[in-house]
Amino acid sequence: MPPAIQIREVTKTYTEGAASVTALRGVDLEVEAGELVMLAGPSGSGKTTLLSIVGCILSPTSGSVKIAGEEVTKLGQKQLPRVRLEKIGFVFQGFNLFPTLTAGENVELMLDLKGIRRDAARNRALALLEQVGLGEKYASFPADLSGGQKQRVAIARALAGDPQIILADEPTAALDSVVGRKIIETMRALARNHGRAVVIVTHDPRVLELGDRVIHIEDGVIARKLPEHEVPAELLTVRSGTIAARLA
Amino acid sequence: MPPLARRNLFHDKVRLTVTVTGIVFAVVLIVVELGLFVGFTSTTSGLVDHSGADLWVTSKHVPYVELGVPFSERKLYQVRAVPGVQEAQKLITRWTQWKRADGREESVQIVGINSDSQMSRPWNLVEGSVQDLKRPDAIIMDEIYKQKLGASHVGELFEIRGLRARIVGFTRGIRSFTTSPYVFTSFKNAQDYAGVDANQTIFIVVKMAPGADVNQVRHAILDNVKDVEVFTSREFSRMTQIYWMFTTGAGVAVLLAAVLGLVVGFVVVAQTIYATTTDHIKEFGTLKAMGAANSYVYKVIIEQAAISAVIGYVLGMIVSGFVVRASQSGGAAILLPWQMGVGMFFLTLAMCVGAALVSISKVTRIDPAMVFKG
Repeated sequence: MPPAIQIREVTKTYTEGAASVTALRGVDLEVEAGELVMLAGPSGSGKTTLLSIVGCILSPTSGSVKIAGEEVTKLGQKQLPRVRLEKIGFVFQGFNLFPTLTAGENVELMLDLKGIRRDAARNRALALLEQVGLGEKYASFPADLSGGQKQRVAIARALAGDPQIILADEPTAALDSVVGRKIIETMRALARNHGRAVVIVTHDPRVLELGDRVIHIEDGVIARKLPEHEVPAELLTVRSGTIAARLA
Repeated sequence: MPPLARRNLFHDKVRLTVTVTGIVFAVVLIVVELGLFVGFTSTTSGLVDHSGADLWVTSKHVPYVELGVPFSERKLYQVRAVPGVQEAQKLITRWTQWKRADGREESVQIVGINSDSQMSRPWNLVEGSVQDLKRPDAIIMDEIYKQKLGASHVGELFEIRGLRARIVGFTRGIRSFTTSPYVFTSFKNAQDYAGVDANQTIFIVVKMAPGADVNQVRHAILDNVKDVEVFTSREFSRMTQIYWMFTTGAGVAVLLAAVLGLVVGFVVVAQTIYATTTDHIKEFGTLKAMGAANSYVYKVIIEQAAISAVIGYVLGMIVSGFVVRASQSGGAAILLPWQMGVGMFFLTLAMCVGAALVSISKVTRIDPAMVFKG
């Protein structure tokens, strides 16, 4: 079975007028189903750009991106939403829940995008909220939920499409350490118990250890890819286009 | 689909109120102006439309019903001799002066008819009868113009062109497009009141025999009667309408006001829906990041516009109904046929959905990557 995420020699350059910025330089990355990978690095290192490319929100300037075996760089802009809808679930830093919909309706919205009928969507949404421990909050609006509860609703929404890949951008940034850790543990369970590839962008060193691997990125380059138990207190960096070998 | 459009719309009640108010304003303005246009149009040709005649015989070059030129009444007999003519009657319409009891003079349009004929009779009588016009000096006027002409009841005496006139009846709803009310009287009285020579008439109205062909009869009259023109009632009605509504510019002014209402409604709805879209831009970005096609996002915006349209239409038509009802007792009737009501619904919907296109172009350009900016 091919890796859930497979990117080769990906470069991303932003051009504005005469100026250009290279956010990613020749990045390689593979994430298997069932793996939880942490993507760490300073601000401006290219983490979000990498996540956006993996999430088929941005297209690379060059290189290959395969999502669940499908080469997406050859797809047109109008086809990328289909890939996101079918294969990828997103969890955002700011939760990005729809404030005028209840928790249940937020999850139903994802199911509606997939064409699931109202009654079936309602039942599935309830089951997903129960899975994240929020079944009783089905009819609550986001304004009535705590930060941790909102993020769990967001996770339920991301799962609604039954994606093979879950991408999370700083999911614990707005949460305290206890709640944040619980969120990451939930996402680890999603990876291990349900065979999903989970990639989390995070600044939070307290949760890095929960990942199967930590990938440090700086200046658009992946520095080191370390298994969980080898994560150092200070992360090594390699500049100027050096690509580290993938560690087992 | 979860009720995202409806919830977003009703979430900001102030903005919704502004949107609906703009739509109501547009609906009322358009209905009033179009209703005035329809009312004016039907008023201008009322005499022709209610004449019951199939054909109108006039002097040459008569452009509309108020501008008839006298011709010999002997032509009546020539017209009656034409095959296919069941009935022909003389008719006078002409402006003249009415003198009120207080001495003030007002302009009126005398309509002189044969009260034994069914053609060209005053309609909607609420007091008196057409047969009362056989009495000496008898006239029938519309109750709308009581105040203008200083009248109040049947039996009152006035002067028309220095001659005595006695009110024998009132109608309801016979409006004149000009400021001069119609005053119905016998043909003989009309010749005196209007200063038309005793052996002249201004029109001849014709009722065709059943089954007669209108073009054949028309051509036969033209062959038999010299120096006249012959129009069907429909043609003469249309000529009169076009003159008053477009040649004078009155209709254009009314239609322009209706267009203005549409523009105002469009701008208000476009602005408020655009503002709502901007407020919820992050949500639309999230939808796109989740994999929603542009069409899904468009549906949300269009649904908001459609809901606003329905609410604004219903409230606007309620207000319009009151305005229309209030106008019935005035000099200018606003008409609201059911076809206009239905048409207004679709126009309101089109206006609101069209206004939403401005927002649609904005969401089309949303970069889904914005959702990662926190």
